Amino acid sequence: MRSVAVWCKVALAVTGAVTAAAFAAGCGGGSGAPKEVVLVTHDSFAISKAVKAAFERESGLRLRILQGGDANEMLNRALLTAGDPQGDVIFGIDDSILSRALDGNLLEEYRSLGLSALQPDFSSPDPHVTPIDHGEVCLNYDRAWFASHRIPPPRTLADLVQARYRNLLVVENPATSSPGLAFLLATVATFGDRWQAYWRALRANGVLAVDGWEEAYTQEFSGAAGSPGKRPIVVSYASSPAAEVIFASKPLSTAPTAAVEDGCYRQVEYAGVLDGARNEKGAKELIDFMLSRRFQADVPGSMFVYPVRQGVPLPEQFVKHALVPEDPLSLPADEIDANRDRWLAAWTDIVVR
Amino acid sequence: MPLAFLAVFFAWPLGAILHRSLVVDGSLDLPFDVLTASSTREIAWFTFWQATASTVLTLLAGLPLAWALARFSFRGRSLVEALVLVPFVLPTIVVATAFLALLPDGVERSIWAILLAHVFFNVAVVVRVVGAFWAGLDERLWDAAATLGAGPGQRQLRLTFPLLAPALASAASIVFLFCFTSFGVIVVLGGIRYSTLETEIYNQAARFFDLRTAAALALLQLAAVAAVVVVSGRLERRLGGARRPGRPTPRPTGRRRFAVYGIVLTSVALLLLAPIALVLRSLRVGDGYGLDHFASLFDETPALLVTPWHAVLNSLLFATAAAVIALAVGIPAAFAVARGTRGVDALLMLPLGASAVMLGFGFLLAFADPPLDLRSSVAIVPLAQALVATPFVVRSLAPALRARDPRLPDAAAVLGASPGRVRREVELPLLARPLAVAAALAFAVAVGEFGATVFVAQADRPTVPVAIFRFLGRPGADNVGSAMALCVVLMALVTVVALVSQRVLARGSR
Repeated sequence: MRSVAVWCKVALAVTGAVTAAAFAAGCGGGSGAPKEVVLVTHDSFAISKAVKAAFERESGLRLRILQGGDANEMLNRALLTAGDPQGDVIFGIDDSILSRALDGNLLEEYRSLGLSALQPDFSSPDPHVTPIDHGEVCLNYDRAWFASHRIPPPRTLADLVQARYRNLLVVENPATSSPGLAFLLATVATFGDRWQAYWRALRANGVLAVDGWEEAYTQEFSGAAGSPGKRPIVVSYASSPAAEVIFASKPLSTAPTAAVEDGCYRQVEYAGVLDGARNEKGAKELIDFMLSRRFQADVPGSMFVYPVRQGVPLPEQFVKHALVPEDPLSLPADEIDANRDRWLAAWTDIVVR
Repeated sequence: MPLAFLAVFFAWPLGAILHRSLVVDGSLDLPFDVLTASSTREIAWFTFWQATASTVLTLLAGLPLAWALARFSFRGRSLVEALVLVPFVLPTIVVATAFLALLPDGVERSIWAILLAHVFFNVAVVVRVVGAFWAGLDERLWDAAATLGAGPGQRQLRLTFPLLAPALASAASIVFLFCFTSFGVIVVLGGIRYSTLETEIYNQAARFFDLRTAAALALLQLAAVAAVVVVSGRLERRLGGARRPGRPTPRPTGRRRFAVYGIVLTSVALLLLAPIALVLRSLRVGDGYGLDHFASLFDETPALLVTPWHAVLNSLLFATAAAVIALAVGIPAAFAVARGTRGVDALLMLPLGASAVMLGFGFLLAFADPPLDLRSSVAIVPLAQALVATPFVVRSLAPALRARDPRLPDAAAVLGASPGRVRREVELPLLARPLAVAAALAFAVAVGEFGATVFVAQADRPTVPVAIFRFLGRPGADNVGSAMALCVVLMALVTVVALVSQRVLARGSR
C-alpha cells in the first residue's frame, strides 16, 4: 500500500509540472497588444521560411500556423468554433465550399487594398473573402506507359470511356477529397444533364475510386516516382508534372507525366478574417501580405498553385513543365451549393454501390 | 489521480461535444432514428465481425512467438523483443503502400488486406503483454504436470490456457478495441466500400458536419467498447498462476531448439517483410541506391517549416513526455486495478474506444478559454498522446501486479526490511519486466500516434508521423524518399528505446 502512495506522489508532481507548463504556454502574452497572428489552414498549405520571416519582421508579429485536414475539414472545424475561433485568419476556402462559409457567418468583411493589383478574373470577390491563389485539377497521365504500350494518351474527358482506356483511370472519392469533388464538377460542367450516364460508362470501363489524393497518386498511379501503382491515368493537378521534375532524384529534361488540357477545373482559394479574431488588425495585415508580390511569387514553389496577382513571374520549371490551362471549367458557387449533396449521393450510387 | 486526469482530458471534452451535438435549444434531441437505421446496423455488424476475426488471427499469430520469447533465452532475444514493436509505430499509409506492393492483385483493397494489416499492426501487443506474463509463470508446474502423466495436449489445454487467461484477456481486449476503432487501415487498405463505426463517425463529423448522426454513432461505439471492457475485466480477474522471481529461463535444447528458432525466425521474417521493403525504398535513389534521402533530412524543405531532423527531435521530446505522463497516471491506476477497485480499469480503457475525431472536436470546444487555453498550446500534443498510451501501461502492469505473491513483501518486512527496501529489492524487481514493457509500449504508442497529433500539432512543431504525412501529400521522388527515410528513423527510434528501457530496468532489478 505504501508503494501506491509513493507512486501517487510522483504522478502528482509530474502532472502538476505538465499542467503548469501547459498554463505557461497557453497563457503567454495574455494581455496587452497581441504579439502573434494565428493562421488556420489545411494540410496543403506551405510557405517558405524566408517569406514567413519577412512577414514577421515587417509586422512585428509571430505567425503561428494551425493545420488539420483538407479544405472541407478545416472549414467544418471553423464552423464548430464559430464566434470563438482557433485563429485570426482562415485560408484555403475554395469555391465548392465558399457558400457554406458565408452562410455560417464565419467571416468579417474586409477589402484589402491589394485587390486592385489582381488579375481581372479575381479582382471582385465576395466582400468577406480575398482570393489568394488558383489551382487547376486536371487528368495526369504516365508518358512512359503510353509510349511503351503504343496507345495515344487521352485528350478529352469523353475519351476515357473508350475500350482502349479500360482499367487505366484512378479517381478520388468526391465525398472525401477536394480534387475528387473538382473532377466530379468538371464532368457536370462538361456533360450537363448527361453526367450520370458518363459516370456509368466510366464504371463499366473499370474506373477505380479511392479515398483521397495520396492513395490515388502515390499508390495507384503508375507515373508517380516510387509508386507501386499500375494505372497510368489519375486525377491530380495541372502543376503535378512540374513537381515530378523539381523533386526528381536526378535532373530530368522532360517530365515523366503530363496533364490533359481538356476537363481542367479551376479551384480559387480564398482567405478571410475570422469573426471574433483576437488580433483583427494583425489578421488584416496578414491578408495584405498574402497579396503582396513576395508571397504571391512564393506560392508556386511552396504550394504548387498559381498566383492571382498580375505580373508575378512563374518559376522556370513551371513555365517548362506545368500546364496553365487557357480556359478552365468552373461552376457558379450557388449552383454547386444547391446541388452538391444530391450530386454526391448520385455519384456514390453509380460508382460505389 | 488517474480519475482526475481522465475527467479533465476525456470526460469534459467528450461531454462538451456531445452537448453541442445533441442539445438543441436547451432540450435533449435523442437520435434514436440514427441508431435504428438499417445502414447503422450493417456498419455496426461489419465493425464487430472484422474486429473479432482480426483479434482471433492476431492471437494465433502472436502466441507462438510469445511462447518462444517467454520460455527460452537465446542470443538476440531482447533485439527480437524490441523489433516486434516496429510495426506498431509505422504510419498506416506507409505500411499500406508496402502492402499494396507486396500483396497479390486480387487481395489488395479487400477484407483480407484489412485483416492482414490488423494482424501485422497488433501482433506486438500479444507478444509483449502475454509474453511478459508468461515469463513470470513458474515453469515447474509443467514439469509437475508431465510427471503426473499429462500429455503435451492436455498440458496446453488444462494448464497453459487457464494460467494465461488473464494476460490473454488483457491482450485480446486491447487488440479488439484497436481493430474495432480502426480507421487508417479500413480507409486505405479496404478502399471506399468498407466502413466501420469509426470511419462513419469521421465522415459524418469532419466531412459532412452532421454532428447529430456522428454523436449517435459515437455513443453506440462507446457503449460497445464499455461492454467489451467489462467482459474482459471479468475474464482477467480469474487469477493466473503464482509468480516466482529469479529463475533464469533455459536455453532451448534438442527438438525444442528447432521449434523455438523456427518460430522466432519465421515470425520475425514475416513481421519485417514490409519494414525491409521500406528500408530498400528509402535507399533507392533514381536507378541506383544511396544515402541521399537520409542526408537530405538535415536540409530545409518546402514541405515543412523546419528540417525533418527537427521533427525527429520533436517526436523524441513529445513521446518521452507522453510516456512519462502515461506511466505517472497508469502505474497508480494499475495498482488500483490489481487491488480490485472495479471500474478504474474500464474507465481508463474507454479513451481507446472513443472516436478520435469527436474527442478532437471536444478539445476544440472545451479548451478554448483560460485557464485551460490548451488548444493553441504545445502541451496538448503529449497530453493527447498520453491519453492513448495510458491503457497500455495499465494493461501491461495489472495482470503482473495481480498475480504477484503478496507473501513475498510481507516476508521481507517480517525479516526486518524497511518499507523502502521492500519496494526497492522485492517489489520493483518483480515488476521490472512488465514495467519495461509498459514504458516501451507507451513510448511506441506515443511516437507513432498520428490521428490526434496531426489534429493538434502546430506547423512549426511537427512530429515524425506528421512530417511523413506532409511529404506524402506532395508529388515527386525526393518527397517520397524523405518520407521513407523518416519511416526508417522512426523504426530505429522505437527499437533503440525498447532496448534501452529493457537494459535500464533489467539493471534496476538486480
